[in-house]
Amino acid sequence: MIRSEILKEIAPIIRDHLVVCNIGLPSQELHMIDDQPTNFYMLGTMGLSSSIGFGLALAQDKPVISIDGDGSVLTNLGTLPTIANNATGNYTLLIIDNGSYGSTGDQPTYAGRKTSLTAVATACGCDNVIEVQDKDLGPVLQSAIDSDEMTIIVCKCDSGNIKLPVITMDPVVIRQRFMEAVKA
Amino acid sequence: MNIDKKIADDLVANDVSFVTTVPCKQLAGVIEEIDQRDDIFHIPSNKEDEGMGLCAGAFMGGKRPAIIMQNTAIGVTINTLATLTQFYRMPLPMIISYRGELREPVACQVEMAVHTKALLAQLNIPTYHFHWQKDVEEFDNILKYTFMCNKPVAILTDANFWGGYGDQ
Repeated sequence: MIRSEILKEIAPIIRDHLVVCNIGLPSQELHMIDDQPTNFYMLGTMGLSSSIGFGLALAQDKPVISIDGDGSVLTNLGTLPTIANNATGNYTLLIIDNGSYGSTGDQPTYAGRKTSLTAVATACGCDNVIEVQDKDLGPVLQSAIDSDEMTIIVCKCDSGNIKLPVITMDPVVIRQRFMEAVKA
Repeated sequence: MNIDKKIADDLVANDVSFVTTVPCKQLAGVIEEIDQRDDIFHIPSNKEDEGMGLCAGAFMGGKRPAIIMQNTAIGVTINTLATLTQFYRMPLPMIISYRGELREPVACQVEMAVHTKALLAQLNIPTYHFHWQKDVEEFDNILKYTFMCNKPVAILTDANFWGGYGDQ
C-alpha cells in the first residue's frame, strides 16, 4: 500500500480525533480524503508534526494523533527523547515509513536502508513502539488511540504518490478551526 | 531584585503555563526557578525548533507557552518562526540569552551576536533588549503585548543584565 491508500483506510478511525498532519503530500492527501476541523494541516516546517502534536497532547486531555513520515522524523530525531521522557497516554505518533521523501520526488531516506526508526524510538526510551505492515495498521492504530499508554507506530509501506492540489486554505483559518475543535 | 524570580512571577501572572527551554549558562537560574514552579509545566527541548513546535501545540491546546533559549537559536529557528509561529499567527514570548554582548568571554559568541538583531528585524519580530536589571520591569508588559498581538516576541537578555560572568 502507498501512503494515500493507508490514509483512506484509517480515515474512519481518526475522523473524530485531533490529528496533526505532516507537511506536503500527507496533509494534501488527508485534506482531499476526509477534511475535518479536527485536522491540523502543516503547510510548512518539515519535521515538527511530532512535536506540535505532542505539545497539544500535553496541554489538554483529548487523544491526539501525529501523522508523520520517516523523512520528517529523521529531520527531528531529537524530539523522540523529549516524547519518551514526558510520555502522555493521550498521544499516538504514527510514522508512515515508506523509506522515501515522498513530497520531493521519492528520494530514498536512510530509514529505507539501514536505519530502523522502531529501534531508534525504543533506544530513545519510548516504551510502546510497534512496527506494523501497512495492511495491518487499522486495528493497531485503533487500540493505540483507545489505550491509556502513549504509542509510537512505525507503519512500513510502499513509496508512491498520487497527483493532487495544494491546500489553499488560509493557515489562520486552519488554526482557528482546529482550536475550536479542540475546545468543543 | 531577584530577576529569576521576577521573570517566573510575571510568567505565572500572565497565565503562561507551558515553558520549554534549551539551556545556557546565563539562563541556569531562571530555568531552575521555572522548574520549581507548580503553575508552570517545564519541558526541556533538545533543539529550539522542536521547542517551538511543542509551544505551537500547547497554544492550540489552550495553554500560553514561552520558550527560553540562546540567541544562537535564531539561526536555527528562522524557518520555524516564519512558517509556523508567524504563518499561523501564534503568540510566543522568547526569553533569549544574548550571548556575545558586553562582558562576553567567548569570542565565537560574538559571531552570532552581530547578526541577532538584524535577523529579528528582518523577520519583523518585536524585539526588546534587557541590559540593566531594572529593564526586567518591562517584562510583564511585553508578555501582555505578545498575547495581545499573537506574534513571536524576542526579549534579548545580555550578560550585564544577568550580572556578568564573575571574574571573567
